[in-house]
Amino acid sequence: MGRVVITGAGTVNPLGQNVPDTLAGFREGRCGIGPLDIRDAHRLRISVAGQVQGWTPEAHFDAKDLGLYDRVTQFTLWAAAEAVAQSGLVFDGALAEQSGVILGNSGGGLSTIDDNYRTVYEQGKDKVHPFVVPRLMNSAGVSHISMIHGLLGPSFTVSSACASSNHAMGLAFHMVRSGMAPVMVTGGAEAMLCFGGLKAWEGLRVMSPDACRPFSATRSGMVQGEGAGIFVFEDCDHARARGAEILAEVAGFAMAADAHSIVMPSREGAVRVMARALQDAGLPPEVIGYVNAHGTGTLANDRTECAALHDVFGPHINHVPVSSTKSMHGHLIGGTGAVELLACIMALRDGVIAPTIGFERADPDCNLDVVPNTAREARVDVAMSNAFAFGGLNAAIILKRV
Amino acid sequence: MNDISKTVIAILAEQAMLDPAEVDGSMTIEALGLDSLALVEAIFAIEERFDISIPFNSAEPGAAGFDISSVDSIIAAVKGLMAQEAA
Repeated sequence: MGRVVITGAGTVNPLGQNVPDTLAGFREGRCGIGPLDIRDAHRLRISVAGQVQGWTPEAHFDAKDLGLYDRVTQFTLWAAAEAVAQSGLVFDGALAEQSGVILGNSGGGLSTIDDNYRTVYEQGKDKVHPFVVPRLMNSAGVSHISMIHGLLGPSFTVSSACASSNHAMGLAFHMVRSGMAPVMVTGGAEAMLCFGGLKAWEGLRVMSPDACRPFSATRSGMVQGEGAGIFVFEDCDHARARGAEILAEVAGFAMAADAHSIVMPSREGAVRVMARALQDAGLPPEVIGYVNAHGTGTLANDRTECAALHDVFGPHINHVPVSSTKSMHGHLIGGTGAVELLACIMALRDGVIAPTIGFERADPDCNLDVVPNTAREARVDVAMSNAFAFGGLNAAIILKRV
Repeated sequence: MNDISKTVIAILAEQAMLDPAEVDGSMTIEALGLDSLALVEAIFAIEERFDISIPFNSAEPGAAGFDISSVDSIIAAVKGLMAQEAA
C-alpha cells in the first residue's frame, strides 16, 4: 500500500478565512465565539455561536455563480481554492481522470431550506426560486469543486453527523493509499447557523448559554460554529516526484459504530475507534504527542472521551497533551474534524499545540492535560484527531510529521 | 394532590413507562429510570402543557434554579415558574 501525504490545506472558520489566520488564532488562543447575529435571534435561547465574521462572498465569487451557492458551499469553495492553490496541482490528463472529491457535511444547504420554508410557510407564497434544490443538496460543494478544478474521479458526500468530515477524509485516505486515486480533495463544511437550524439544536438542551469550555468543571454545553476545512491528499511518491511541499503524512484511520444510543456517547465505542486507528497506523499509543479531542463541552462527551483516552493510553495519558479547539471555533458539526485537523498539522509542523481556552477549573472526571488557555511549544511526531458523532458513528485519524 | 402535581407526575410516569400510582414524590430521576433523552422529553412536555419556559441544560442539570433532584422538587420548580409567569 502507498503512503498518503497532505499537500494542500484551506479553511474558512470563525478564527480566520485562510489557514495562516486560523493557525495564528490557535497560537494566540483567540476566541472566535461571540454574540449570535442572525435573523430572529431574539426568538432563540441560544445567544452565542462561532460565526464567520466579515464574510463577503460577492468579493470571492461571480454574481451569477453565487446564486447557486448556499453559505456552506461558499465556505467549501473558498477553502478548496486555498488548498488546491497551495498544492500547486493542475488537474488534467490522467491525473484529472483519476482524482476526485469526498467531503463531509451534516446539514447541507440548511440556510437555503430555512429561507425557502419561510417563503412558502411564513409568507404563504406558492413559488420559490428555481435554484432551491441545487443550492440545498448535501453534495453541491463536491460537484462545484469537481467542476471548478476539473476532477473526474470518485466524488461524493459523506454524512455522519459530527464525524462526517473525518469519515470523508478517511475514505479519501483509503482511496489514495490503495492506489485507486493519486489525489483526493477532501474535508468538510457546515453552515447551520440559521433560525431553524439552531432552533432544532436548542430543543436538545445541550447548548451553552455563554461559552464552550471543554473539560472544565464549569462547562455548560456546546456552542455551534460554521465554516469549512479542505485538504489535498496525495500519493506520497506522486508528491515527491513533483517536489511538492508536504504538510503531514496521513498515517492511519479507523471508523466504528457504538451500536448504543442515538445521542449518548459510549466509552467502549470511543476506545474501539482510537485503538483501531493506532493499529491501522501500526503505531503504539506512546508515540502520540497530541490528541485533538472531540471535546464538545457537554457533560456526556467530555467524561466519556476522557475515560476512553485513559483506557487506550493507560498511565501514558498523563504525558499526552489533549486539547479541544472547539473552545475557539465552536462545533462545526459535519465540518468540525476538517478544521480540527489544522491544529494537528500545526502541532506536527510548527511544534505548537493549540490550547483548550475557557478552561476555569479542573473536573476530577476529566483528568487530562488539556493545554489550558495558552498554546504550548512541543515537538510532536504523531497526532490523533477524534470525532464521535451522535448515533455512535466514530472516526479517528492519525497524522505523522514528515 | 393538586392538578399541577398530578399533571407533572403523569408526564414523568409516561416517560418512565410507569403507572402514575407507582410514582412517589421522593423518587429521583434515576429511580424513575429516566435517561437523559427521556428527561429532556419530559421537560419539553411540561413546558408545552403549562406554557412555561424551563431553564434546563443537560450540561449542567439542576443549574439555573430548576431543581430536578426529585419528583417533588420538579413539581415545586414548575409551580415556582408558573407563579413567576403569572406575576
